[in-house]
Amino acid sequence: MLRIEALGKTYRTGDRALDGISLTVAPGEVVGLIGPSGAGKSTLIRCINRLVEPSAGEILLGGEAITAVATRHLPAVRRRIGMIFQEYALVERLTVMENVLSGRLGYVPFWRSFLRRFPQRDIDAAFALLDRVGLAAHVDKRADALSGGQRQRVGIARALAQEPELLLVDEPTASLDPKTSQQIMQLICEICAERALPAIVNIHDVALAQRFVSRIVGLHGGRVVYDGTPDGLSTTVLERIYGVADWSALAQPDGERCDAAPAALLATGAGL
Amino acid sequence: MSSAVRQWRRPPLIADARLRWALGLGALLYLGLALASLEVNWARVSEGLVRGWRFVEGFLQPDFSSRSDDILLGLQESITMTITATVAGVALSIPFGIGAARNIAPAPVYYCCRALIAFARTFQEVLIAIFFVAMFGFGAFAGFLTLTLSTVGFLGKLLAEDIEDIDETQVEAIRATGAGWWQVLDYAVRAQVMPRLIGLSVYRFDINFRESAVIGIVGAGGIGATLNTAMDRYEYDSAAAVLLIIIAIVMLTEYISGFVRRQVQ
Repeated sequence: MLRIEALGKTYRTGDRALDGISLTVAPGEVVGLIGPSGAGKSTLIRCINRLVEPSAGEILLGGEAITAVATRHLPAVRRRIGMIFQEYALVERLTVMENVLSGRLGYVPFWRSFLRRFPQRDIDAAFALLDRVGLAAHVDKRADALSGGQRQRVGIARALAQEPELLLVDEPTASLDPKTSQQIMQLICEICAERALPAIVNIHDVALAQRFVSRIVGLHGGRVVYDGTPDGLSTTVLERIYGVADWSALAQPDGERCDAAPAALLATGAGL
Repeated sequence: MSSAVRQWRRPPLIADARLRWALGLGALLYLGLALASLEVNWARVSEGLVRGWRFVEGFLQPDFSSRSDDILLGLQESITMTITATVAGVALSIPFGIGAARNIAPAPVYYCCRALIAFARTFQEVLIAIFFVAMFGFGAFAGFLTLTLSTVGFLGKLLAEDIEDIDETQVEAIRATGAGWWQVLDYAVRAQVMPRLIGLSVYRFDINFRESAVIGIVGAGGIGATLNTAMDRYEYDSAAAVLLIIIAIVMLTEYISGFVRRQVQ
C-alpha cells in the first residue's frame, strides 16, 4: 500500500510543482493521474521513487517512509518500484534481454551485471516475462530495432522484472498510435490485475483513462482537484482540471475497466 | 480584394545596414593591409626553388635501400610508440573522461579532471615532446609519453562531451530500477558511448602514427628521427623514401580506421 501525505515540491527555480498532495493507493488498485501539462503529474510519480527529491511531506510504501531513506540506500527502495516511461527509455544499444535483465540491477552485485552473468532464476523470469508480453522471438535483437509498441512491451517487462510492489507509469502511450495505445494500456491493466499490483498511471488521454482505470485523480497546478470514479468526470470536473473547453465529444466510459472486470479483458485481450 | 504584391526577403544576419557594410569593408581593408605587409624576398625564393626541385627529384627516385636499416628501425620504433601510447592513452582517458563529464561526476572531481584535460590539450605535441626529451633524453620513451599525454587530452575531452550528450531518459530508467552508480555507468552510459569511443580510439591511433613522425624531428625517436637525419645529410632520396612510407602507412591506417568506425556505428 502506498500512502502520500502532504507532498510538496518546489523546484530551485521557484516553480511550485506539487502543493500538499495526499493520496492513498490500495493494494491492487490502478489509479489514473490526469491533468494538463505542467500540473505536476510527472513530478508526483518521480517523487515516489525519488528521481525527484520532494521538498515537503511524506511517502510511505508498505509502511516504510521512502522520503526518509538516505541517498545511499535509495537503490534498495527503487528496486521495489517499477517504472514505465513515456519514450520507453530503453537502452537502445542493448539487446531486448539485457534491457529486461536491467530490471534486476538492484538485486545483483556489480560484477554479475557487468559480466552479464545473472542468476538462472532471473533469466528464467525474464524469458517468462518476454513470453507474457509477446516478445519471445526478439530476445537478442537490439532495442532500437523494435517498433514503438514492441519497445513499450520491453519497458513493461523490465519494470516487472523488478518484482515490484508498485508500478509507476508515465504517459505510456504518448508516443504510440491509437490502436497500439489501447493494446499497451490493456496489457498494463491485465498485468496489474493478474498480480494484484497497484499502479499509478499518468495519462493525458482522458478517454483512454476512463476506459481502463477504476479511479481517477485529477491534478491542476500541483493540487488534487478530483479524486473519484471515471463516471464522475463531468464537464464541471473536467473544467476544474483542464480549464474551459468543449468536452461534449468525450465518450462516456463503457465499463471495460481492467481492474474492475479483469475476466472480460482477458477475453478481449487474446489478440495482443 | 487587395492587389498589392507583398515582397519578401530573407532577413539579413546583421540587421543594421551601416554596421553590415562597415564590417564587410573593414574586412576587405584589413586583408589588403595584411597582404601589403608581407615581405617577400624574391631572390631567396628563386634560390629556394632550386633546392625544392632537388627535393622533388629525390622524390622521383626514392632510395629505400641505402638507409634501409635506419628506416626499418625508425619504423619499428614509431609503430611500437604508436601502439603503446594509444593503448595507455585510451586506458587513462576513460577515467578522466568519465570524471570530466558534468552530468555524472561530482563537482570537485569534474573540475580536477577538466583542468587536467585542459592542461594536456594546451600544448602542441611538439612542445610536449621537447619537454619530455629534455627530461628523459632522446628516444622513443619521450615519444611514448608525449603521445600518451596528448591522447588523454584528446580522448578525455571528446569522451566527456559524449557522455554529457547522452540520452538522460535512459540513465533515469536504469537508475529507477535500483541500479548502483557503477551499474548505471555500465548499462546506461557505456552502452551509449561505446561505439564512438571505439571509433575515436582508432582515429587517435592514426593521429598518433602521424604525430610520431613529427615529434621524432625534435628527438623523440621513431621514423621522424630517421627522417630528420636524412634531411640533415641532404639525402633527399632517403628522406623521400621515409615520407613515402609514412604516407603509405597513414593511408592504410586511415582506411582501416574508417572501416572500423563504420562497423561499430
